[in-house]
Amino acid sequence: MTQEASRQPAPVMELRDVSKSYGAVRALRDGNISLRAGEVRAVMGENGAGKSTLVKVLGGVVRRDIGEMLVDGEPVDFHSPHDARDAGIAVIYQEPTLFPDLSVAENVVMGYHPLRGLKRIDRGAMHTHVQALLDRLGVGLDPERPVRGLSIADQQIVEIAKALSFDARVLIMDEPTAALSGPEVERLFTVVRTLREHGAAVLFISHRLDEVFSICDTVTVMRDGAVVHDARIADMTPDQMVRRMVGRELSALFPKQDAEVGRPVLKVHRLTREGVFFDVSFEVRAGEIVALAGLVGAGRSEVARGIFGIDKLDAGHVELEGNRLPAGRPQAAMRAGIGFVPEDRRQQGLVMDLSIARNTALTRLRSLSRLGIIRGADEARLAREWGERLQLKFHRLEDPVATLSGGNQQKVVLGKWLATNPKLLIVDEPTRGIDVGTKAEVHRLMSELAGRGVAVLMISSELPEVLGMADRVLVMHEGRLTGELSRAEADEESVIRLATGQVGEVAA
Amino acid sequence: MSTDAVAAVEGAGARRLTERVFRVRELGILVALAILIAVTAILEPRFIHADSLRNLAVNAAIFAILAAGQTLVIITRNVDLSQGSVLGLAAFLAGDLLTKHSGMPLVAVFILGIALGAACGLFNGVLTTWGQVPALVVTLGTLYAFRGLAFLWTSGRQINAETLPDSFLNIGTNSVFGVPVLVLIALVVIGLVGQWLRDFRTGRELYAIGSNPAGARLAGVRAERRVLTAFVLSGALAGLGGVLFTARFGTVDATAGTGYELTVIAATVVGGVAIFGGSGSVYGAALGALLLGTITSSLIVLKVEAFWQMAAVGALLLASIAFDRLVGLRVDAALRRRSARRAG
Repeated sequence: MTQEASRQPAPVMELRDVSKSYGAVRALRDGNISLRAGEVRAVMGENGAGKSTLVKVLGGVVRRDIGEMLVDGEPVDFHSPHDARDAGIAVIYQEPTLFPDLSVAENVVMGYHPLRGLKRIDRGAMHTHVQALLDRLGVGLDPERPVRGLSIADQQIVEIAKALSFDARVLIMDEPTAALSGPEVERLFTVVRTLREHGAAVLFISHRLDEVFSICDTVTVMRDGAVVHDARIADMTPDQMVRRMVGRELSALFPKQDAEVGRPVLKVHRLTREGVFFDVSFEVRAGEIVALAGLVGAGRSEVARGIFGIDKLDAGHVELEGNRLPAGRPQAAMRAGIGFVPEDRRQQGLVMDLSIARNTALTRLRSLSRLGIIRGADEARLAREWGERLQLKFHRLEDPVATLSGGNQQKVVLGKWLATNPKLLIVDEPTRGIDVGTKAEVHRLMSELAGRGVAVLMISSELPEVLGMADRVLVMHEGRLTGELSRAEADEESVIRLATGQVGEVAA
Repeated sequence: MSTDAVAAVEGAGARRLTERVFRVRELGILVALAILIAVTAILEPRFIHADSLRNLAVNAAIFAILAAGQTLVIITRNVDLSQGSVLGLAAFLAGDLLTKHSGMPLVAVFILGIALGAACGLFNGVLTTWGQVPALVVTLGTLYAFRGLAFLWTSGRQINAETLPDSFLNIGTNSVFGVPVLVLIALVVIGLVGQWLRDFRTGRELYAIGSNPAGARLAGVRAERRVLTAFVLSGALAGLGGVLFTARFGTVDATAGTGYELTVIAATVVGGVAIFGGSGSVYGAALGALLLGTITSSLIVLKVEAFWQMAAVGALLLASIAFDRLVGLRVDAALRRRSARRAG
């Protein structure tokens, strides 16, 4: 044992008793963490546990208030992300950091372009370098196309390529896999393993336990801004990990109760949008949760947007309780009783600078207003009512939504739609980037809604969520429905096989 | 292998598309320019005379130099409203120096004028970056402050061509191999700035800052320094423009260059530089300056009333913004379709 300890190299990077406060909030308290060469360390914790603050301190985005930061055993002080990068630290942040106007290649190498004579940019070398990186990640992205218009998954790939574009000694990844599909995650992990073999230290943050167990060697568990546990992954079980994170037992992650399935609420007839999805037909009944599964880019979110009328349809139509919906009119869809919780809550689901109360009331403005004037008191009453029902954690209803954690933001989006008493609720990736505790609450809510006779159409890339919540699973592959599985038939293997198109397509 | 090939083909398509759009953008201004000159020439044949075409280029030269500086600032999602006032200060400085010390080397006059402009730009830049005051507010303030300084300094004096050395005034009128010196200077400035924006890391970083300011910082771009540099260069080029203004017109008082900033911003936007930063080129901005100048001249030649001249400039501005928006939407849609097909 002692021999093994002496063979261990000094940490590449280390934080000792580091604290960081934002005003009165202590986001990080006496944080201790060490990263060794050839180690992949997980940082686990619920949203608001201090993980992102830890990442920002390591990446030079914010400066610690007290404590020591060491690189190769030497004390350092980062004044900006530039300093961190010069020290060989690459960070994939949760927030999008891409430049929509610039090409994929320039996004990847920004500020560190390969040069030729007279310090001019060598575009040829840049192209080759980035192409090689993208090949390594196994994506067919064109380095010369602008980032504008890329799907979230492809944007994530560009972020990853950016972090891998130089020989980082420390790679920090804050939820890199949130938007990725199975094969893409696997390829990322292959790259991470190669980096580890070459002696890089990796810090990995994810809410997906299976990923943490498959790639990480050690784990740091955080709760309320403090490190509460530091162990080798091999010495822990998923249950123990979750218990350490939330500080309490979780009975079940996916509590879908059986509900009485009633009449069909939504009927979708041969929906087609050229180049995106083709000939999609299905129905959702009252009290039923139907999952739309498939890989990222299979066209699931696009189908949902088509149903709600955000995107135009080239063929097909949508019926709600037997009435045909006018195409391309979200207002009409709302009035008919459809609620829509979009994939990207920051950009599409919420107005981040508006207050919690205002956001909750947005879908109800018409019924709240008297003679066209909205009274603040009514708005607050509505928001408070839903805040309580959703167990929302907030300071004041007047605070901007941006101040809430991701999980609580999602609850505001849900509350906004639930206030309209929808007949059909479409939820796109309802628990992406949400911590385990809040996740269970969101699932409980959806289950409760189904119990009250609401039809729920859920798009999810997380298989356990699909299998745990759905009464029926529809699987899409390359824009087509490739199969339908009952709750009894659906398991990991059957869904993945349909999602990857390994079964002959259902005759159209 | 085959899917890779498909992706590559579609990728190349996306590349061609964006390249085409940028070319079309600058080509569009050239076409508009050609049509404008043709129509004016048909109605008034004297307009096409070599002298008047030469005049068009000379008139646009100072605006093009200012537009080059303005482009740098706008690309970083900022704006410099103080350019006209800075030009006024530098113009008076040049005239004052040469009136009082007529033997002064011209190089020194140019260096001092540019340095004065750079100092003004530094002031703007420091308030914007370290002071974290929006550039719109900062430069609106200095637009008045610098103009006020000019009034204080000149105290009603006017500088006339008689007191200026001929060697200096010749810069405004002479030609080298048939190309006016002013136009040559403008071309050199545009070429240098264009190269910097295209081929140098720091130049590319300006686009990154304008495209996503927070993201640029996270990517390790020293955003404050770059924005500061953009403001200093914008000021320095306004300073250069001021010295050239004096050389060209000979007469300078405290009001020199009043209102230039809006013409320059209009030219920059007409030239395809996005007002919210992140895209556009200095070549487009220079062509925009040429187009705006030509419109004014041709309307004068055609004896159109002054009101309609301004209305025409306004209409052009709105038309080019509408054009950018339309093209932008179409390109976005095309890019989305491509990425959907790739993923599907």
